[in-house]
Amino acid sequence: MELLIGQMFAGLSLGSVLLLAALGLSLTFGQMGVINMAHGEFMMAGAYTAFVVQQVISDAGASLLVSIPAGFLVGGVLGLVLEAVLLRRMYHRPLDTLLVTFGVALILQQAARDIFGAPSVDVRAPVWLQGNIELLGAPIPLTRLFILGLALVCLAGLVLLLKATPLGRRIRAVVLNRDLAETSGVSTRRSDQLTFFIGSGLAGVAGVAVTLIGSTSPYLGTNYIVDAFLVVVAGGIGQIKGAVIAAFALGVLQSVFEYSTTASIGKVLLLIVIVVFLQLRPQGIFSLKTRSLA
Amino acid sequence: MKTLLRGRWGTAAGFLLGAALLLGVAPAVLPAFNLGLLGKFLCFAIVAVGIGLAWGRGGMLTLGQGVFFGLGAYIMAMHMKLADASLFGGSGVPDFMSLYGSGQVPGWWEPFRSPAVTLLAVVLVPGLVALVLGLAIFKRRVKGAYFAILSQALAAAFAVFLIGQQATTGGSNGLNGFRSFFGFDLKDPNNKVMLYMIAAVVLLLSLALARQLMHSRFGELLVAVRDQEERVRFLGYDPATVKTVIYVVAAVLAGVAGALFVPLVGIISPADVGVIPSIAFLIGVAIGGRATLLGPVLGAVGVAAAQSSLSSTFPSFWVYFQGLLFVLVIGFMPGGLASLPALVRLRRRTPAGAPQPKAATAPAPDQSPPAPEALSPETPKPGVQDRAAAPEEVSR
Repeated sequence: MELLIGQMFAGLSLGSVLLLAALGLSLTFGQMGVINMAHGEFMMAGAYTAFVVQQVISDAGASLLVSIPAGFLVGGVLGLVLEAVLLRRMYHRPLDTLLVTFGVALILQQAARDIFGAPSVDVRAPVWLQGNIELLGAPIPLTRLFILGLALVCLAGLVLLLKATPLGRRIRAVVLNRDLAETSGVSTRRSDQLTFFIGSGLAGVAGVAVTLIGSTSPYLGTNYIVDAFLVVVAGGIGQIKGAVIAAFALGVLQSVFEYSTTASIGKVLLLIVIVVFLQLRPQGIFSLKTRSLA
Repeated sequence: MKTLLRGRWGTAAGFLLGAALLLGVAPAVLPAFNLGLLGKFLCFAIVAVGIGLAWGRGGMLTLGQGVFFGLGAYIMAMHMKLADASLFGGSGVPDFMSLYGSGQVPGWWEPFRSPAVTLLAVVLVPGLVALVLGLAIFKRRVKGAYFAILSQALAAAFAVFLIGQQATTGGSNGLNGFRSFFGFDLKDPNNKVMLYMIAAVVLLLSLALARQLMHSRFGELLVAVRDQEERVRFLGYDPATVKTVIYVVAAVLAGVAGALFVPLVGIISPADVGVIPSIAFLIGVAIGGRATLLGPVLGAVGVAAAQSSLSSTFPSFWVYFQGLLFVLVIGFMPGGLASLPALVRLRRRTPAGAPQPKAATAPAPDQSPPAPEALSPETPKPGVQDRAAAPEEVSR
């Protein structure tokens, strides 16, 4: 029983990290068709932001609370610059954005190596996040619980923004039918920029979160980007609820596979499951019913 | 002069010239070390020919060519390890297995003791894997970004798998320390020249194959699938079959290149087959001109040569440079260097002050046909002029 709960929680925890990484992607890839390979590097930038903030504010608790908005801002600004300089010209060539942003990712990685050095750095977790709590006999690390909570808060914030604000209504209008939205007076330019800012900012928050469970290195992004994309693909384009289900399902499946086999075979099994799943539902768990999307 | 360079005779002459350069001039001029390096670059060029077909002609952005490269390479490496072990070790068990594993050769290694099985497997295994994947993916009409991401996940999973199986695949060290190649001593300089020659001949053969494919009816169909998949389906063809065939061809080319890479370079490790090397295969293709025949080859060799001369002296600079190449070439010159002449011609023809066409790579109407092939897949081309009149929505 303890083992089962422990495994379930490990899966949920992995799922919450995936969700944090995939929420922003779901916005930028799902809603704008841009495949941003630098999303992982925006996470890395968020993680290094947490590291820098902790150099300034030595109290781990305060620095974590400052890092989260700071990480959002750093990721968001990076995304905004990327959108304004490069991606704006490439909305009609979605596949090419993948390769361009891969180039950006290489540059950001090397920049991190040159600034912070190749060895990984550590961010201290605050005292109130050290230790475990017991849930039906299974030990649950508090840091992981915090990340789960953070993922849920981000999710709630994003849903609220999209469904309950005028800004969100404009974003959704552009997603559903770009031309019609533009004709109706929505500035698609501004809506694109905002979507990219928010999506990339969420990557920054994800980066801050993962500093709690591991060390930060220039390669941090590459560990998450492929899995995050799989979440978006399995969840369905432009579908936040799909991304949520897919993130937790992949997290639980991966921890079950890794527990019953080895980490490497588990990864391969997971990929096979996704390919088979896409056989059954090529458009992901949910698909957007609209005439303007391919 | 121009007419001489076009058409069947021009192709044959160009092919012979390339063969003379690769097989005659290069071995005579280059020192042994550089010839070995060139051999390695030619392996990348063979992969690039396949990517040019699949990506440039077929519009399939395959980010997992490292997997097929790795399959070919590991099959060859396994055979060479086993052969070395029985030739020099006597025990018949590769050295690293006694270090990390049980000292037993696992069952799935055994078939590769036979040279014939190895040579067949180098072609068949990548081909079959691509066939199964291709049918599974394309028949269900998974395409575009979905396909790219799946192929990338495949490369990631493959590298993770190899690293995890230290006892049977050498883990992150990979397989290395080979001494012989089908009985030939790898230290002998003559045998090194022979290996280079094999790589050059394979490249020439794959170019001939790609050229035939491009100029066949099948090649036309492939371009049609890239530009208007729905319309091809309505005409009664099955785009999935077309795509699968080309995906298999590209995979086999990558597998053979991997098998040649191992004896030439002397090592294969997960670092050569994962996500990053798989994407890195693409940059040479993009620079040279993804939809052309020779562009991918020249681009791949050029990038590999630049990397080997720059990355050792300025490792940090090289990564920035590589990143910039991706950004500048894909972002601003999607047709690659092959589109430069068309771009220049266009500039010259358009009077100053006249509005520039938005797609700068669109050729003037009276232009001879070969140039448009250098265009990016998304720009309208003369063959599909009515495209603008048939918006995407109409087809569904």
